[in-house]
Amino acid sequence: MSARVQTAPFDLAAELAGFGAGAGAVVTFTGLVRDDTGRMAALEIEHYPGMTERALAEYGQAAAARFALIDWRIVHRHGRIGTGQPIMMVATAARHRRAAFEGADYLMDWLKSRAPFWKREIAHDGAARWVAAKTGDEDALARW
Amino acid sequence: MEILYFAALRERVGHPRETVTSDARTPRDLVAELAARSDGHAAAFADMAALRCAVDQQLTDLDAPLGQPREVAFFPPMTGG
Repeated sequence: MSARVQTAPFDLAAELAGFGAGAGAVVTFTGLVRDDTGRMAALEIEHYPGMTERALAEYGQAAAARFALIDWRIVHRHGRIGTGQPIMMVATAARHRRAAFEGADYLMDWLKSRAPFWKREIAHDGAARWVAAKTGDEDALARW
Repeated sequence: MEILYFAALRERVGHPRETVTSDARTPRDLVAELAARSDGHAAAFADMAALRCAVDQQLTDLDAPLGQPREVAFFPPMTGG
């Protein structure tokens, strides 16, 4: 049960070593930097040091309580991340698959709209643009 | 108290933090005081619907009682994940 914020890439296999001992199901989600425009070189991700780690831990603990998770892990990167590279991951472990899937889905909805990260798209020509929040992300939270 | 700005707000204000003295009773009152500090501040706070706030690193409603925090942060809607 842990949440980390880091600039370095993460190794999914290493993150899952020993994860969820005693569980019947482990679900992982990995977010990648996607280029929708064909012009994007990277994302720059800013965060709120101090608050980010606290918020991620709170959301992890809330998911664990709600879905009876045996284990959970959140790793979110910040700084400059090239297209195609992993930005973040969540992993959940539960006795049964539905709780593991729902726990991961819940965590992703909270991360999208409540964790203090901001993305800026950096184009190949150096132009930069802040990514606007999607109203659908906010709506997704209402499901829970 | 320390005021922190992130992302587009930080760019508009022109710096990431500043120390202010205020008797504001809510974050919304504090915003009104901060917005008067410069054109950049005014631009940063132009869209209140797209403003998010954390008081002592907890997300807070703009109309919640402010108390006497050490740190108040303002930023646009988050885009993590």
